[in-house]
Amino acid sequence: MTDLALPPATTRVTARPAGFVVDLFSVAQRAVRQIPREPASVIPALIVPIFFYVLNIGALSKVTGAAAHIDFKSFELPVAVVFAVTGVSRASSLVTDIQNGYFDRLTITPVRRLPLLLGLMMADLALVMALAIPVLLVGLGLGVHFRTGVPGMVLFVVLSGIWGLVFTGLPYAIALKTGNPGAVNASFVLFFPITFLSTTFVPKAALEGWLRTVATYNPMTYILAGLRALVSEPWSLSTVTAVGDAVLAVVAFGLVSITLALLALRGRVRRP
Amino acid sequence: MEAPAIVTEDIGRLFDDYWAVDGVDLSIAPGEIYGFLGPNGAGKSTLVRMLCTLLRPSRGKGFVAGHDVARQPELVRLQIGVALQDAALDDRQTGRELLDLQARLYGLRRDERLARVAQVLTLVDIGSAIDRQIHTYSGGMKRRLDLAAALIHDPQILFLDEPTTGLDPESRAAVWTEVRALQRERGTTIFLTTQYLEEADELADRVGIISRGHLVAEGSPDALKKTVGTDVIVARVSEMPAEAVTALRAVPGVEEVVCRGDELMIHAGDGAGAMSPVALALHASGTRVLSLTLRTPTLDDVFLQLTGAHLEADEATTDAMAETEAAETEAAETDAADSAAAGVSPGSPGGPP
Repeated sequence: MTDLALPPATTRVTARPAGFVVDLFSVAQRAVRQIPREPASVIPALIVPIFFYVLNIGALSKVTGAAAHIDFKSFELPVAVVFAVTGVSRASSLVTDIQNGYFDRLTITPVRRLPLLLGLMMADLALVMALAIPVLLVGLGLGVHFRTGVPGMVLFVVLSGIWGLVFTGLPYAIALKTGNPGAVNASFVLFFPITFLSTTFVPKAALEGWLRTVATYNPMTYILAGLRALVSEPWSLSTVTAVGDAVLAVVAFGLVSITLALLALRGRVRRP
Repeated sequence: MEAPAIVTEDIGRLFDDYWAVDGVDLSIAPGEIYGFLGPNGAGKSTLVRMLCTLLRPSRGKGFVAGHDVARQPELVRLQIGVALQDAALDDRQTGRELLDLQARLYGLRRDERLARVAQVLTLVDIGSAIDRQIHTYSGGMKRRLDLAAALIHDPQILFLDEPTTGLDPESRAAVWTEVRALQRERGTTIFLTTQYLEEADELADRVGIISRGHLVAEGSPDALKKTVGTDVIVARVSEMPAEAVTALRAVPGVEEVVCRGDELMIHAGDGAGAMSPVALALHASGTRVLSLTLRTPTLDDVFLQLTGAHLEADEATTDAMAETEAAETEAAETDAADSAAAGVSPGSPGGPP
């Protein structure tokens, strides 16, 4: 075996903390790079909402649309987008990192702890907004008309994306708390009550009994209302109010979910 | 005198009611390769995880590069590189991406990152695979990339936790070469845990032997082996008649006889001189000898003397080590067996591989 010739010691470097922003973008860049390398985790998130959007329009448009006097294509577009952006996260990859020791490798570096989570969330935000756009285009292709114009469309995508982002707090909290892929996958069940115990298929006025009560306290009701206002109403005080309510609902949900995720991160990186 | 690179004072770690590390004192000089040797579960990895700030000590103190591992973990992290027991990599990145990310997190500028990636790649030769995703790598390549990642920021102190476990002999030899080069050319302090006697013997300036959380011996491999003091004649026999042990104990120069499975370990101050009388005594006692080997003491003998047990590697890894050892000792054993049958001593003692 030949001896190795190492570079001379004059080329030594000095390790130093990189700083919060560099840490954040470094972690996010890695996460974004992973996305196209794991198409199986993205493609269903795109296909499923488009499939159900088209299916629901075909099956329910005449019945529900006529009964509630609504344009069902416009009414359901926010639902399709919410389906696309809710529950999409890098939480499974995070669990893999925890299980194979790569998370430990990262924590032995001088990286600040917060970017280890926020970097992933940044990547998630980019992804869910990217997922929202094709669903939006399908809606436009099917004849949905945004009465708030391009600004409304942009706000629609941003609001949807931020909702998708705050929802990731739940799977991240579970991933960091348990380090268990099964638990992270099971977190998807949270999607169903939040999404379906709401005004998913009919306006709130058409809901009755306990479902109406639950929907009243479900943030999804206000998020869908805000998104629907951006599609179906022109800019007006009621539109702004609906969007404002949606933003408040996202913030309230985010306060809970992100807090849970941050607490779980603190527990994970605290040296036992 | 230069300050030690690593110091521990009565460091210990409690898991539930079990002390995985129980009051270990170490002082490791800058530029030293320190081999931490012990069987599975002895506490090696727990100590490494404390020193590299992943675990908090339950008692005692640890200082790495002069910084307290409990109170100044951020400062410790800037000075150390770590390759943990299992190569901790992200399979979906390419080798180059992983190294670049690692370098970014250590605050290296772009020009520094490019230079360091190139430098570590001269050390751990991964070839063109560096631009492939890591899931395509072999186990040996992953280990070497893991080592490269640990070195990317040019650490003063390198922790290698069982760096060659599970590697084939060729990959293991490559890692050894890299470790020696690091010490020789960079002056890196290397704390190396291993369950392989050969590895500690080959690489370490000093060896600490840990058993059940306690440091039971420490010194250079040669000094430790001298504590055993005698040569060892190993007789592998088809059956173990009681008369054989009695007969061997009566041989002049034989200090101790230990039965271990189908082996008799015969300790003698002058192994070469005792070889023929031992062979004759075995023959006279009616013992059928399959092989007779003379060797100097190994670290396993040291461990056996100190703890009454042998260092045990898991089966798979023992097999890998055994392949090399078997090839190197086969000729000596054949010679010894032939000599035993003829009642003569081999010309020179067989040393450890």
